[in-house]
Amino acid sequence: MDTNYGEGYNESPSAMIQKGFAKGFPIMVGYIPIAITYGVLAKQAGMSLTELTLMSVLVFAGASQFMAANMIAVGAGALEIIVATFVLNFRHFVMSFAFMNRLRGLELKWKLPMSMGLTDETFAVTAMYPKKASMKHGVYFYGAIILTAYLSWVIGSFLGGIIGEIIPERLSQSMGIALYAMFIGLLMPSVKKNKQVALIAVLAMLINAICVQLGMSTGWAIVLGTLLGGLSGIYFLKGEQA
Amino acid sequence: MLFIVAGMALVTMIPRVIPAFIVDKLQFRDWVNRWLNAIPYAALGALIFPGIMSVKADEPHIGLFGGIVAILLAYLGVHIILVVITAIVTVYLLT
Repeated sequence: MDTNYGEGYNESPSAMIQKGFAKGFPIMVGYIPIAITYGVLAKQAGMSLTELTLMSVLVFAGASQFMAANMIAVGAGALEIIVATFVLNFRHFVMSFAFMNRLRGLELKWKLPMSMGLTDETFAVTAMYPKKASMKHGVYFYGAIILTAYLSWVIGSFLGGIIGEIIPERLSQSMGIALYAMFIGLLMPSVKKNKQVALIAVLAMLINAICVQLGMSTGWAIVLGTLLGGLSGIYFLKGEQA
Repeated sequence: MLFIVAGMALVTMIPRVIPAFIVDKLQFRDWVNRWLNAIPYAALGALIFPGIMSVKADEPHIGLFGGIVAILLAYLGVHIILVVITAIVTVYLLT
């Protein structure tokens, strides 16, 4: 371990929160239109404003909420919806494991809310700033990212349920690329620093695509792509300091 | 309906929080740490593709084209917000 603390080690909580908000901003841009769309869809599926907002507050997992709204609309059974949610969201177990391994040593009262706020997007953003984990107030940085995402999601869902489709369809459809573009924007700086990162990512893409082709559900395909693609990191990240 | 919401909340939360409870009790060998450190890159890959092709249903090339624009801009070091906005505009113009 490095004994002299890195640059910015002593940065204040408020500076960390500001930085976290800035890094979380792209998530906000991506989440709000999707959350509004979810709100509209859930309302059409017969959910009340309270129910659909509560789902965002308690579940906080976009893809599964869309799926649930669709299943509710076609009259699927409760148990069926819950099982499908588990399968789709199980990938967060893998991501949370990697995230919590970074936050090792942090008190449980901090780790617990961080793990609850884990989504594909909050994981992707927080994971690109691993050095913050070893800073004194780094938890404020991660917390601000997660809170930005969470509030965007909850408020957006509520707005969608209350005022309906306010974004023209063509625009909201175009905004569907936002989170993918964000993922690409997060990945590229690491690729430039270490070309082997690209190999890990492409391998994960291919494994995911093959699993989907083989008829696997999206959830399991992402889990396998992430785990098996990540496995190559054991070889590729050899030179890197953990 | 409330049963559905509560059930979904539970099955989503449990896998998320389990690692918070157990990670301190585990000591990983170096290769496991390297594996975990590679998970973000692998997850990003798996989240991007093939999902990006479904941005516009039945027209996978639109998502792919937006993705290529994003790759180029991000590679040139353009700020992530601009990468996101340009990708949105690209898809908007293509549809």
